[in-house]
Amino acid sequence: MTRMAGTGILFGTCHVRDTRPSTIAGAAHGGSGRPAAALRWLFACVAFLLLTACTPPAQPGRPELVVFAAASLTDAFAEIGARFGEEHGATVTFNFAGSQTLAGQLTSGAPADVYASANARQMQAAIDAGRIEPADVRDFASNGLVIVIPRDNPASIGSPADLAAPDLKLVLADAAVPAGQYSLQFLDNASGDPAFPPGYGAAVLANVASYEENVRAVLAKVTLGEADAGIVYSSDVTGTQRDQVQLIAIPAAVNVVATYPIAPVADSAQPELARAFADFVVGPTGQAILEKYGFDHVQP
Amino acid sequence: MSNRSEALTRTRVVPATPERDAPARRRGWLLPILSMPMLVLLGLPLLALLLRVDVAELGRNLASPTVLRALSLSLTTATAAALLALLLGTPLAYLLARRTFRGRRLVDTLVDLPMVLPPAVAGIALLLVFGRRGWLGAPLEAAGISIVFTPVAVVLAQLFVAAPFYIRSAAAGFAEIDGELEQAAALDGASDFDVFRHVTAALAWPAILGGIVMTWARALGEFGATIIFAGNFPGRTQTMPLAIYLGFERDLDLAVTLAFLLLAASFTVLLVVHWSLGRRP
Repeated sequence: MTRMAGTGILFGTCHVRDTRPSTIAGAAHGGSGRPAAALRWLFACVAFLLLTACTPPAQPGRPELVVFAAASLTDAFAEIGARFGEEHGATVTFNFAGSQTLAGQLTSGAPADVYASANARQMQAAIDAGRIEPADVRDFASNGLVIVIPRDNPASIGSPADLAAPDLKLVLADAAVPAGQYSLQFLDNASGDPAFPPGYGAAVLANVASYEENVRAVLAKVTLGEADAGIVYSSDVTGTQRDQVQLIAIPAAVNVVATYPIAPVADSAQPELARAFADFVVGPTGQAILEKYGFDHVQP
Repeated sequence: MSNRSEALTRTRVVPATPERDAPARRRGWLLPILSMPMLVLLGLPLLALLLRVDVAELGRNLASPTVLRALSLSLTTATAAALLALLLGTPLAYLLARRTFRGRRLVDTLVDLPMVLPPAVAGIALLLVFGRRGWLGAPLEAAGISIVFTPVAVVLAQLFVAAPFYIRSAAAGFAEIDGELEQAAALDGASDFDVFRHVTAALAWPAILGGIVMTWARALGEFGATIIFAGNFPGRTQTMPLAIYLGFERDLDLAVTLAFLLLAASFTVLLVVHWSLGRRP
Protein backbone atom coordinates (compact mmCIF):
# COMPACT_ATOMS: atom_id res chain seq x y z
CA MET A 1 0.00 0.00 0.00
CA THR A 2 2.71 2.43 0.99
CA ARG A 3 4.68 1.46 -2.08
CA MET A 4 1.70 1.98 -4.33
CA ALA A 5 1.01 5.42 -2.91
CA GLY A 6 4.66 6.33 -3.38
CA THR A 7 4.57 5.33 -7.02
CA GLY A 8 1.42 7.33 -7.44
CA ILE A 9 3.07 10.46 -6.11
CA LEU A 10 6.03 10.13 -8.45
CA PHE A 11 3.88 9.33 -11.40
CA GLY A 12 1.23 11.94 -10.91
CA THR A 13 3.50 14.82 -10.18
CA CYS A 14 6.15 14.12 -12.78
CA HIS A 15 3.41 13.81 -15.37
CA VAL A 16 2.08 17.22 -14.44
CA ARG A 17 5.53 18.77 -14.55
CA ASP A 18 5.85 17.76 -18.17
CA THR A 19 2.94 19.95 -19.06
CA ARG A 20 4.59 23.02 -17.60
CA PRO A 21 7.27 24.34 -19.87
CA SER A 22 8.71 26.96 -17.55
CA THR A 23 9.62 24.85 -14.52
CA ILE A 24 11.67 21.76 -13.88
CA ALA A 25 10.51 19.96 -17.01
CA GLY A 26 12.11 22.71 -19.07
CA ALA A 27 15.46 22.09 -17.42
CA ALA A 28 15.08 18.40 -18.11
CA HIS A 29 14.48 18.98 -21.78
CA GLY A 30 17.40 21.35 -22.00
CA GLY A 31 19.66 18.77 -20.44
CA SER A 32 18.39 15.79 -22.39
CA GLY A 33 21.47 15.79 -24.60
CA ARG A 34 23.72 15.28 -21.59
CA PRO A 35 22.99 12.02 -19.80
CA ALA A 36 24.79 13.07 -16.64
CA ALA A 37 22.73 16.23 -16.36
CA ALA A 38 19.52 14.30 -17.02
CA LEU A 39 20.48 11.76 -14.41
CA ARG A 40 21.26 14.48 -11.92
CA TRP A 41 17.92 16.01 -12.62
CA LEU A 42 16.25 12.65 -12.11
CA PHE A 43 17.93 12.17 -8.76
CA ALA A 44 17.04 15.68 -7.78
CA CYS A 45 13.42 15.09 -8.77
CA VAL A 46 13.21 11.86 -6.78
CA ALA A 47 14.88 13.36 -3.74
CA PHE A 48 12.72 16.42 -4.02
CA LEU A 49 9.54 14.39 -4.24
CA LEU A 50 10.52 12.19 -1.35
CA LEU A 51 11.28 15.23 0.79
CA THR A 52 8.26 17.28 -0.03
CA ALA A 53 5.79 14.52 -0.93
CA CYS A 54 4.43 16.30 -3.92
CA THR A 55 4.54 19.98 -3.06
CA PRO A 56 5.29 21.81 -6.27
CA PRO A 57 7.36 24.97 -6.17
CA ALA A 58 5.19 28.04 -6.50
CA GLN A 59 5.89 30.43 -9.34
CA PRO A 60 6.77 33.81 -7.94
CA GLY A 61 3.85 36.19 -7.87
CA ARG A 62 1.25 33.62 -8.85
CA PRO A 63 -0.68 31.60 -6.31
CA GLU A 64 -0.53 27.89 -6.92
CA LEU A 65 -3.39 25.52 -6.35
CA VAL A 66 -2.72 21.80 -5.98
CA VAL A 67 -5.63 19.66 -7.14
CA PHE A 68 -5.76 15.91 -6.54
CA ALA A 69 -8.05 14.48 -9.21
CA ALA A 70 -9.15 11.03 -10.36
CA ALA A 71 -7.28 9.78 -13.45
CA SER A 72 -10.48 9.62 -15.54
CA LEU A 73 -10.75 13.40 -15.17
CA THR A 74 -7.35 14.03 -16.77
CA ASP A 75 -8.48 15.58 -20.05
CA ALA A 76 -11.46 17.48 -18.70
CA PHE A 77 -9.63 18.89 -15.67
CA ALA A 78 -6.60 19.93 -17.69
CA GLU A 79 -8.91 22.22 -19.65
CA ILE A 80 -10.80 23.36 -16.57
CA GLY A 81 -7.48 24.08 -14.82
CA ALA A 82 -6.28 26.22 -17.72
CA ARG A 83 -9.52 28.23 -17.81
CA PHE A 84 -9.59 28.68 -14.04
CA GLY A 85 -5.96 29.75 -14.05
CA GLU A 86 -6.67 32.45 -16.65
CA GLU A 87 -9.65 33.80 -14.78
CA HIS A 88 -8.07 33.78 -11.32
CA GLY A 89 -4.45 34.50 -12.17
CA ALA A 90 -3.40 31.26 -10.52
CA THR A 91 -1.43 28.21 -11.53
CA VAL A 92 -3.32 24.96 -11.12
CA THR A 93 -1.16 21.90 -10.62
CA PHE A 94 -2.79 18.49 -10.87
CA ASN A 95 -1.93 15.20 -9.34
CA PHE A 96 -3.89 12.69 -11.43
CA ALA A 97 -4.06 9.13 -10.13
CA GLY A 98 -6.55 6.46 -9.16
CA SER A 99 -8.95 7.78 -6.51
CA GLN A 100 -7.78 5.16 -4.06
CA THR A 101 -4.18 6.24 -4.46
CA LEU A 102 -5.14 9.89 -4.02
CA ALA A 103 -7.15 9.13 -0.87
CA GLY A 104 -4.15 7.19 0.44
CA GLN A 105 -1.88 10.15 -0.22
CA LEU A 106 -4.29 12.54 1.50
CA THR A 107 -4.62 10.19 4.46
CA SER A 108 -0.87 10.08 4.87
CA GLY A 109 -0.74 13.88 4.91
CA ALA A 110 0.18 14.93 1.38
CA PRO A 111 -0.37 18.70 1.03
CA ALA A 112 -3.23 19.55 -1.33
CA ASP A 113 -5.87 22.21 -1.85
CA VAL A 114 -8.67 20.37 -3.66
CA TYR A 115 -9.67 16.71 -3.97
CA ALA A 116 -11.87 15.40 -6.81
CA SER A 117 -12.67 11.70 -6.45
CA ALA A 118 -14.25 9.26 -8.92
CA ASN A 119 -16.46 7.79 -6.21
CA ALA A 120 -17.97 8.58 -2.85
CA ARG A 121 -16.06 5.86 -1.02
CA GLN A 122 -12.62 7.37 -1.56
CA MET A 123 -13.98 10.83 -0.66
CA GLN A 124 -15.24 9.28 2.57
CA ALA A 125 -11.76 7.93 3.24
CA ALA A 126 -10.39 11.49 3.04
CA ILE A 127 -13.21 12.70 5.32
CA ASP A 128 -12.43 9.96 7.83
CA ALA A 129 -8.80 11.05 7.81
CA GLY A 130 -9.92 14.57 8.76
CA ARG A 131 -8.66 16.17 5.52
CA ILE A 132 -12.11 17.08 4.17
CA GLU A 133 -15.10 18.69 5.87
CA PRO A 134 -18.22 16.60 5.05
CA ALA A 135 -20.26 19.78 4.54
CA ASP A 136 -17.92 20.93 1.75
CA VAL A 137 -18.44 17.89 -0.46
CA ARG A 138 -20.44 18.40 -3.65
CA ASP A 139 -21.16 15.96 -6.46
CA PHE A 140 -20.09 17.57 -9.74
CA ALA A 141 -20.33 14.90 -12.44
CA SER A 142 -21.42 11.39 -13.13
CA ASN A 143 -20.27 8.85 -15.61
CA GLY A 144 -22.27 5.82 -16.63
CA LEU A 145 -22.13 2.98 -19.11
CA VAL A 146 -23.48 3.66 -22.59
CA ILE A 147 -24.04 1.48 -25.61
CA VAL A 148 -22.00 2.55 -28.64
CA ILE A 149 -23.09 1.58 -32.12
CA PRO A 150 -21.57 2.43 -35.52
CA ARG A 151 -22.81 5.61 -37.14
CA ASP A 152 -24.92 3.68 -39.70
CA ASN A 153 -26.24 1.22 -37.09
CA PRO A 154 -26.14 -1.92 -39.27
CA ALA A 155 -27.96 -4.08 -36.71
CA SER A 156 -30.77 -1.52 -36.19
CA ILE A 157 -30.28 -1.21 -32.47
CA GLY A 158 -32.68 1.27 -30.92
CA SER A 159 -32.64 0.39 -27.24
CA PRO A 160 -30.61 -1.62 -24.72
CA ALA A 161 -33.16 -4.46 -25.05
CA ASP A 162 -32.10 -4.89 -28.70
CA LEU A 163 -28.68 -6.16 -27.58
CA ALA A 164 -30.37 -9.51 -26.97
CA ALA A 165 -31.43 -9.87 -30.62
CA PRO A 166 -29.94 -12.97 -32.25
CA ASP A 167 -27.04 -12.74 -34.76
CA LEU A 168 -25.66 -9.54 -33.42
CA LYS A 169 -21.96 -8.88 -32.87
CA LEU A 170 -21.28 -7.32 -29.52
CA VAL A 171 -17.90 -6.44 -28.03
CA LEU A 172 -17.34 -5.91 -24.34
CA ALA A 173 -14.28 -5.01 -22.34
CA ASP A 174 -12.72 -8.03 -20.67
CA ALA A 175 -13.62 -8.64 -17.03
CA ALA A 176 -9.95 -8.02 -16.21
CA VAL A 177 -10.55 -4.26 -16.66
CA PRO A 178 -13.12 -2.20 -14.67
CA ALA A 179 -15.33 -1.35 -17.66
CA GLY A 180 -15.67 -5.08 -18.35
CA GLN A 181 -16.68 -5.82 -14.79
CA TYR A 182 -19.24 -3.03 -14.82
CA SER A 183 -20.66 -4.22 -18.16
CA LEU A 184 -21.28 -7.64 -16.64
CA GLN A 185 -22.80 -5.98 -13.60
CA PHE A 186 -25.16 -3.99 -15.82
CA LEU A 187 -26.27 -7.20 -17.58
CA ASP A 188 -26.81 -8.75 -14.19
CA ASN A 189 -28.88 -5.77 -13.04
CA ALA A 190 -30.91 -5.82 -16.25
CA SER A 191 -31.61 -9.54 -15.97
CA GLY A 192 -33.32 -8.94 -12.65
CA ASP A 193 -35.25 -5.93 -13.91
CA PRO A 194 -38.85 -6.40 -15.12
CA ALA A 195 -38.30 -3.75 -17.82
CA PHE A 196 -35.96 -6.17 -19.62
CA PRO A 197 -37.05 -9.46 -21.22
CA PRO A 198 -36.41 -12.65 -19.24
CA GLY A 199 -33.02 -14.23 -19.92
CA TYR A 200 -31.69 -10.86 -21.14
CA GLY A 201 -28.21 -11.22 -19.71
CA ALA A 202 -27.61 -14.69 -21.14
CA ALA A 203 -28.95 -13.68 -24.56
CA VAL A 204 -26.66 -10.65 -24.67
CA LEU A 205 -23.63 -12.65 -23.57
CA ALA A 206 -24.36 -15.16 -26.34
CA ASN A 207 -23.82 -12.28 -28.80
CA VAL A 208 -20.38 -11.37 -27.51
CA ALA A 209 -17.82 -11.76 -30.29
CA SER A 210 -14.86 -10.55 -28.28
CA TYR A 211 -13.83 -9.44 -24.81
CA GLU A 212 -11.40 -6.64 -25.64
CA GLU A 213 -8.41 -5.88 -23.48
CA ASN A 214 -9.39 -2.26 -22.95
CA VAL A 215 -12.18 0.20 -23.55
CA ARG A 216 -10.35 1.95 -26.40
CA ALA A 217 -10.29 -1.35 -28.31
CA VAL A 218 -14.06 -1.76 -27.81
CA LEU A 219 -14.58 1.71 -29.27
CA ALA A 220 -12.23 1.01 -32.18
CA LYS A 221 -14.08 -2.18 -33.13
CA VAL A 222 -17.38 -0.30 -33.15
CA THR A 223 -15.96 2.70 -35.01
CA LEU A 224 -14.59 0.39 -37.71
CA GLY A 225 -17.95 -1.36 -37.95
CA GLU A 226 -16.50 -4.74 -37.00
CA ALA A 227 -18.95 -4.94 -34.12
CA ASP A 228 -22.63 -3.98 -34.16
CA ALA A 229 -22.44 -2.65 -30.62
CA GLY A 230 -20.18 -2.23 -27.62
CA ILE A 231 -20.50 -1.08 -24.03
CA VAL A 232 -18.17 1.61 -22.67
CA TYR A 233 -18.13 4.43 -20.16
CA SER A 234 -19.70 7.61 -21.42
CA SER A 235 -16.52 9.61 -20.73
CA ASP A 236 -14.51 7.18 -22.86
CA VAL A 237 -16.16 8.49 -26.01
CA THR A 238 -14.35 11.75 -26.60
CA GLY A 239 -13.21 14.05 -29.35
CA THR A 240 -13.62 12.86 -32.91
CA GLN A 241 -15.09 9.55 -31.80
CA ARG A 242 -18.26 11.37 -30.83
CA ASP A 243 -18.94 11.89 -34.55
CA GLN A 244 -18.06 8.37 -35.58
CA VAL A 245 -20.47 6.49 -33.36
CA GLN A 246 -23.97 6.77 -31.95
CA LEU A 247 -24.69 6.42 -28.26
CA ILE A 248 -27.66 4.70 -26.68
CA ALA A 249 -28.31 5.49 -23.03
CA ILE A 250 -28.66 2.76 -20.46
CA PRO A 251 -31.43 3.47 -17.92
CA ALA A 252 -30.11 4.68 -14.57
CA ALA A 253 -32.03 1.93 -12.76
CA VAL A 254 -29.80 -0.79 -14.21
CA ASN A 255 -26.71 1.28 -15.07
CA VAL A 256 -23.50 1.22 -13.09
CA VAL A 257 -23.03 4.93 -12.47
CA ALA A 258 -20.02 6.52 -10.86
CA THR A 259 -20.66 9.86 -9.14
CA TYR A 260 -17.72 12.25 -8.76
CA PRO A 261 -17.52 14.40 -5.59
CA ILE A 262 -15.24 17.42 -5.14
CA ALA A 263 -14.23 19.35 -2.03
CA PRO A 264 -11.59 21.83 -0.87
CA VAL A 265 -9.08 20.27 1.49
CA ALA A 266 -9.80 21.47 5.03
CA ASP A 267 -6.23 22.47 5.87
CA SER A 268 -5.50 24.16 2.54
CA ALA A 269 -3.15 27.11 2.83
CA GLN A 270 -5.36 29.06 0.41
CA PRO A 271 -8.92 28.10 1.34
CA GLU A 272 -10.57 30.84 -0.73
CA LEU A 273 -8.85 29.86 -3.95
CA ALA A 274 -9.58 26.18 -3.25
CA ARG A 275 -13.25 26.93 -2.73
CA ALA A 276 -13.29 29.05 -5.86
CA PHE A 277 -11.92 26.12 -7.87
CA ALA A 278 -14.63 23.77 -6.55
CA ASP A 279 -17.25 26.43 -7.38
CA PHE A 280 -15.78 26.77 -10.86
CA VAL A 281 -16.05 23.02 -11.50
CA VAL A 282 -19.66 22.92 -10.30
CA GLY A 283 -20.48 26.17 -12.14
CA PRO A 284 -21.54 26.58 -15.79
CA THR A 285 -18.04 26.74 -17.34
CA GLY A 286 -16.80 23.67 -15.53
CA GLN A 287 -19.96 21.74 -16.30
CA ALA A 288 -19.80 22.65 -19.99
CA ILE A 289 -16.22 21.39 -20.21
CA LEU A 290 -17.07 18.19 -18.34
CA GLU A 291 -20.00 17.59 -20.66
CA LYS A 292 -17.70 17.99 -23.64
CA TYR A 293 -15.60 15.14 -22.27
CA GLY A 294 -18.57 12.81 -21.84
CA PHE A 295 -19.48 13.39 -18.22
CA ASP A 296 -23.11 13.82 -17.19
CA HIS A 297 -24.58 16.51 -14.98
CA VAL A 298 -25.52 15.62 -11.47
CA GLN A 299 -29.00 16.67 -10.40
CA PRO A 300 -28.57 18.67 -7.20
CA MET B 1 26.69 -31.37 -47.32
CA SER B 2 28.30 -27.99 -47.10
CA ASN B 3 25.19 -26.35 -48.46
CA ARG B 4 23.14 -27.99 -45.82
CA SER B 5 25.34 -27.04 -42.92
CA GLU B 6 25.66 -23.46 -44.08
CA ALA B 7 21.94 -23.09 -44.46
CA LEU B 8 21.53 -24.56 -41.03
CA THR B 9 23.88 -22.19 -39.29
CA ARG B 10 22.01 -19.26 -40.67
CA THR B 11 18.75 -20.24 -39.11
CA ARG B 12 19.57 -22.25 -36.06
CA VAL B 13 22.43 -23.18 -33.83
CA VAL B 14 24.35 -26.17 -35.03
CA PRO B 15 26.81 -27.73 -32.66
CA ALA B 16 30.25 -27.51 -34.19
CA THR B 17 31.25 -31.13 -34.33
CA PRO B 18 34.97 -31.82 -34.81
CA GLU B 19 34.61 -33.41 -38.25
CA ARG B 20 32.60 -30.46 -39.52
CA ASP B 21 34.60 -27.53 -38.20
CA ALA B 22 38.30 -27.66 -37.54
CA PRO B 23 38.45 -24.45 -35.42
CA ALA B 24 36.01 -25.96 -32.93
CA ARG B 25 38.75 -28.23 -31.68
CA ARG B 26 40.66 -25.25 -30.35
CA ARG B 27 40.43 -24.82 -26.62
CA GLY B 28 40.39 -21.50 -24.81
CA TRP B 29 38.28 -19.57 -22.37
CA LEU B 30 37.93 -16.26 -24.16
CA LEU B 31 35.08 -17.29 -26.44
CA PRO B 32 32.98 -18.95 -23.75
CA ILE B 33 33.51 -15.96 -21.47
CA LEU B 34 32.53 -13.51 -24.18
CA SER B 35 29.43 -15.59 -24.83
CA MET B 36 28.29 -15.43 -21.24
CA PRO B 37 26.55 -12.01 -21.13
CA MET B 38 24.26 -12.89 -24.02
CA LEU B 39 23.52 -16.30 -22.60
CA VAL B 40 22.75 -14.84 -19.18
CA LEU B 41 20.50 -12.23 -20.75
CA LEU B 42 18.59 -14.94 -22.61
CA GLY B 43 18.47 -17.42 -19.78
CA LEU B 44 17.97 -15.35 -16.65
CA PRO B 45 14.41 -14.09 -17.35
CA LEU B 46 13.33 -17.60 -18.25
CA LEU B 47 14.91 -18.94 -15.08
CA ALA B 48 13.15 -16.28 -13.00
CA LEU B 49 9.87 -17.25 -14.61
CA LEU B 50 10.50 -20.91 -13.93
CA LEU B 51 11.30 -20.33 -10.26
CA ARG B 52 8.19 -18.21 -9.83
CA VAL B 53 5.88 -21.06 -10.91
CA ASP B 54 3.72 -22.45 -8.15
CA VAL B 55 3.25 -26.20 -8.67
CA ALA B 56 -0.21 -26.31 -7.05
CA GLU B 57 -1.32 -23.39 -9.23
CA LEU B 58 0.07 -25.16 -12.27
CA GLY B 59 -1.99 -28.27 -11.54
CA ARG B 60 -5.11 -26.20 -11.04
CA ASN B 61 -4.58 -24.35 -14.31
CA LEU B 62 -3.86 -27.49 -16.27
CA ALA B 63 -7.31 -28.73 -15.23
CA SER B 64 -9.00 -25.46 -16.24
CA PRO B 65 -10.90 -25.71 -19.53
CA THR B 66 -10.13 -22.08 -20.43
CA VAL B 67 -6.40 -22.68 -20.20
CA LEU B 68 -6.57 -25.94 -22.10
CA ARG B 69 -8.65 -24.36 -24.85
CA ALA B 70 -6.21 -21.47 -25.12
CA LEU B 71 -3.27 -23.85 -25.27
CA SER B 72 -4.81 -26.12 -27.89
CA LEU B 73 -5.99 -23.12 -29.92
CA SER B 74 -2.46 -21.72 -29.83
CA LEU B 75 -0.88 -24.99 -30.93
CA THR B 76 -3.37 -25.63 -33.75
CA THR B 77 -3.40 -22.08 -35.13
CA ALA B 78 0.39 -21.76 -35.04
CA THR B 79 0.72 -25.10 -36.81
CA ALA B 80 -1.84 -24.06 -39.42
CA ALA B 81 0.00 -20.78 -39.96
CA ALA B 82 3.32 -22.60 -40.35
CA LEU B 83 1.86 -25.06 -42.89
CA LEU B 84 0.22 -22.22 -44.83
CA ALA B 85 3.54 -20.38 -44.84
CA LEU B 86 5.14 -23.50 -46.30
CA LEU B 87 2.44 -23.86 -48.94
CA LEU B 88 2.13 -20.21 -49.96
CA GLY B 89 5.62 -19.03 -49.10
CA THR B 90 7.66 -21.64 -50.96
CA PRO B 91 6.88 -20.39 -54.50
CA LEU B 92 7.69 -16.84 -53.43
CA ALA B 93 10.91 -17.92 -51.75
CA TYR B 94 11.94 -19.83 -54.86
CA LEU B 95 11.08 -16.87 -57.06
CA LEU B 96 13.23 -14.57 -54.94
CA ALA B 97 16.11 -17.06 -54.98
CA ARG B 98 16.09 -17.92 -58.68
CA ARG B 99 14.76 -15.06 -60.77
CA THR B 100 15.78 -11.51 -61.36
CA PHE B 101 12.96 -9.25 -62.43
CA ARG B 102 11.88 -5.63 -62.34
CA GLY B 103 10.65 -4.67 -58.90
CA ARG B 104 12.49 -7.51 -57.24
CA ARG B 105 13.94 -5.20 -54.64
CA LEU B 106 10.43 -3.96 -53.90
CA VAL B 107 9.18 -7.51 -53.37
CA ASP B 108 12.20 -8.23 -51.19
CA THR B 109 11.45 -5.23 -48.99
CA LEU B 110 7.77 -6.10 -48.85
CA VAL B 111 8.63 -9.53 -47.48
CA ASP B 112 10.78 -7.96 -44.77
CA LEU B 113 8.21 -5.37 -43.78
CA PRO B 114 5.94 -7.48 -41.54
CA MET B 115 9.00 -8.34 -39.45
CA VAL B 116 9.65 -4.70 -38.56
CA LEU B 117 6.03 -3.55 -38.46
CA PRO B 118 4.62 -3.19 -34.93
CA PRO B 119 2.16 -6.10 -34.66
CA ALA B 120 -0.64 -3.74 -33.63
CA VAL B 121 -0.25 -1.94 -36.95
CA ALA B 122 -0.40 -5.31 -38.69
CA GLY B 123 -3.67 -5.98 -36.89
CA ILE B 124 -5.18 -2.69 -38.03
CA ALA B 125 -3.99 -3.26 -41.60
CA LEU B 126 -5.56 -6.72 -41.61
CA LEU B 127 -8.82 -5.24 -40.32
CA LEU B 128 -8.81 -2.77 -43.19
CA VAL B 129 -8.54 -5.61 -45.70
CA PHE B 130 -10.45 -8.47 -44.08
CA GLY B 131 -12.77 -6.50 -41.80
CA ARG B 132 -16.49 -6.31 -42.42
CA ARG B 133 -15.98 -3.08 -44.33
CA GLY B 134 -12.58 -4.05 -45.70
CA TRP B 135 -11.50 -4.50 -49.31
CA LEU B 136 -11.90 -8.26 -49.26
CA GLY B 137 -13.93 -8.48 -46.08
CA ALA B 138 -16.97 -6.64 -47.45
CA PRO B 139 -17.54 -8.98 -50.43
CA LEU B 140 -16.89 -11.98 -48.18
CA GLU B 141 -19.38 -10.66 -45.65
CA ALA B 142 -21.94 -10.33 -48.43
CA ALA B 143 -21.30 -13.99 -49.23
CA GLY B 144 -21.98 -14.85 -45.61
CA ILE B 145 -18.35 -15.36 -44.59
CA SER B 146 -16.96 -13.36 -41.73
CA ILE B 147 -13.33 -13.57 -40.70
CA VAL B 148 -12.81 -11.11 -37.84
CA PHE B 149 -13.40 -12.66 -34.38
CA THR B 150 -12.88 -16.21 -35.74
CA PRO B 151 -9.95 -18.66 -35.53
CA VAL B 152 -9.36 -17.96 -39.24
CA ALA B 153 -8.46 -14.41 -38.25
CA VAL B 154 -6.02 -15.76 -35.68
CA VAL B 155 -4.27 -17.84 -38.35
CA LEU B 156 -4.23 -14.93 -40.82
CA ALA B 157 -2.68 -12.61 -38.24
CA GLN B 158 -0.03 -15.21 -37.41
CA LEU B 159 0.64 -15.90 -41.07
CA PHE B 160 1.07 -12.21 -41.87
CA VAL B 161 3.48 -11.61 -39.02
CA ALA B 162 5.41 -14.89 -39.13
CA ALA B 163 5.55 -16.04 -42.77
CA PRO B 164 8.46 -13.70 -43.66
CA PHE B 165 10.70 -15.73 -41.35
CA TYR B 166 10.03 -18.81 -43.45
CA ILE B 167 10.30 -17.01 -46.79
CA ARG B 168 13.65 -15.45 -45.85
CA SER B 169 15.09 -18.72 -44.60
CA ALA B 170 13.84 -20.81 -47.51
CA ALA B 171 14.96 -18.24 -50.11
CA ALA B 172 18.46 -18.24 -48.62
CA GLY B 173 18.44 -22.03 -48.68
CA PHE B 174 17.36 -22.15 -52.34
CA ALA B 175 19.96 -19.55 -53.31
CA GLU B 176 22.73 -21.72 -51.87
CA ILE B 177 21.97 -24.56 -54.25
CA ASP B 178 24.10 -24.84 -57.33
CA GLY B 179 21.92 -24.14 -60.35
CA GLU B 180 23.94 -26.66 -62.34
CA LEU B 181 22.59 -29.50 -60.21
CA GLU B 182 19.05 -28.49 -61.17
CA GLN B 183 20.03 -28.12 -64.83
CA ALA B 184 21.66 -31.56 -64.82
CA ALA B 185 18.54 -33.16 -63.40
CA ALA B 186 16.42 -31.34 -65.98
CA LEU B 187 18.71 -32.53 -68.80
CA ASP B 188 18.25 -36.07 -67.55
CA GLY B 189 14.55 -35.64 -68.22
CA ALA B 190 13.20 -34.72 -64.81
CA SER B 191 10.14 -32.47 -64.86
CA ASP B 192 10.29 -29.01 -63.23
CA PHE B 193 8.35 -30.28 -60.25
CA ASP B 194 10.56 -33.35 -59.90
CA VAL B 195 13.67 -31.18 -60.05
CA PHE B 196 12.27 -28.95 -57.34
CA ARG B 197 11.18 -31.86 -55.19
CA HIS B 198 14.17 -34.16 -55.52
CA VAL B 199 16.97 -31.66 -55.98
CA THR B 200 16.11 -28.16 -54.78
CA ALA B 201 13.80 -28.95 -51.87
CA ALA B 202 15.85 -31.97 -50.86
CA LEU B 203 19.06 -29.92 -50.63
CA ALA B 204 17.43 -26.88 -49.06
CA TRP B 205 15.54 -29.02 -46.57
CA PRO B 206 17.36 -27.79 -43.44
CA ALA B 207 16.71 -24.15 -44.39
CA ILE B 208 13.07 -24.96 -45.10
CA LEU B 209 12.61 -26.75 -41.82
CA GLY B 210 14.50 -24.09 -39.89
CA GLY B 211 12.29 -21.42 -41.43
CA ILE B 212 9.14 -23.35 -40.62
CA VAL B 213 10.20 -23.75 -37.01
CA MET B 214 10.89 -20.03 -36.69
CA THR B 215 7.56 -19.19 -38.28
CA TRP B 216 5.79 -21.60 -35.97
CA ALA B 217 7.52 -20.14 -32.93
CA ARG B 218 6.76 -16.57 -33.97
CA ALA B 219 3.13 -17.50 -34.67
CA LEU B 220 2.83 -19.13 -31.27
CA GLY B 221 3.94 -15.94 -29.55
CA GLU B 222 1.83 -13.62 -31.71
CA PHE B 223 -0.14 -11.15 -29.62
CA GLY B 224 -0.58 -7.63 -31.00
CA ALA B 225 -2.04 -8.41 -34.40
CA THR B 226 -4.19 -11.20 -32.99
CA ILE B 227 -5.91 -9.18 -30.28
CA ILE B 228 -6.69 -6.37 -32.69
CA PHE B 229 -7.71 -8.43 -35.70
CA ALA B 230 -9.23 -11.54 -34.11
CA GLY B 231 -10.35 -10.14 -30.78
CA ASN B 232 -10.38 -12.11 -27.58
CA PHE B 233 -12.95 -14.84 -27.01
CA PRO B 234 -12.11 -17.89 -24.89
CA GLY B 235 -12.04 -21.05 -26.98
CA ARG B 236 -12.43 -19.18 -30.26
CA THR B 237 -9.74 -16.54 -30.59
CA GLN B 238 -8.09 -16.40 -27.18
CA THR B 239 -4.63 -17.83 -27.76
CA MET B 240 -2.12 -18.32 -24.96
CA PRO B 241 -0.42 -14.92 -25.34
CA LEU B 242 -3.84 -13.23 -25.00
CA ALA B 243 -4.75 -15.36 -22.00
CA ILE B 244 -1.38 -14.52 -20.45
CA TYR B 245 -1.79 -10.79 -21.04
CA LEU B 246 -5.31 -10.68 -19.57
CA GLY B 247 -4.23 -12.99 -16.77
CA PHE B 248 -1.49 -10.48 -15.98
CA GLU B 249 -4.11 -7.76 -15.46
CA ARG B 250 -5.92 -9.97 -12.97
CA ASP B 251 -3.29 -11.98 -11.22
CA LEU B 252 0.45 -12.17 -11.79
CA ASP B 253 0.72 -15.79 -10.65
CA LEU B 254 -1.90 -16.86 -13.15
CA ALA B 255 0.02 -15.11 -15.94
CA VAL B 256 3.28 -16.73 -14.85
CA THR B 257 1.69 -20.17 -14.79
CA LEU B 258 0.20 -19.73 -18.25
CA ALA B 259 3.50 -18.43 -19.56
CA PHE B 260 5.25 -21.46 -18.15
CA LEU B 261 2.77 -23.78 -19.90
CA LEU B 262 3.33 -22.03 -23.22
CA LEU B 263 7.09 -22.14 -22.74
CA ALA B 264 7.04 -25.82 -21.85
CA ALA B 265 4.90 -26.69 -24.87
CA SER B 266 7.02 -24.68 -27.33
CA PHE B 267 10.28 -25.87 -25.79
CA THR B 268 9.20 -29.49 -26.22
CA VAL B 269 8.22 -28.98 -29.85
CA LEU B 270 11.42 -27.07 -30.70
CA LEU B 271 13.55 -29.66 -28.97
CA VAL B 272 11.90 -32.50 -30.86
CA VAL B 273 12.41 -30.66 -34.16
CA HIS B 274 16.06 -29.88 -33.43
CA TRP B 275 16.68 -33.42 -32.30
CA SER B 276 15.10 -34.99 -35.36
CA LEU B 277 16.93 -32.55 -37.62
CA GLY B 278 20.22 -33.34 -35.93
CA ARG B 279 19.64 -37.04 -36.46
CA ARG B 280 19.07 -36.75 -40.18
CA PRO B 281 21.74 -38.73 -42.01
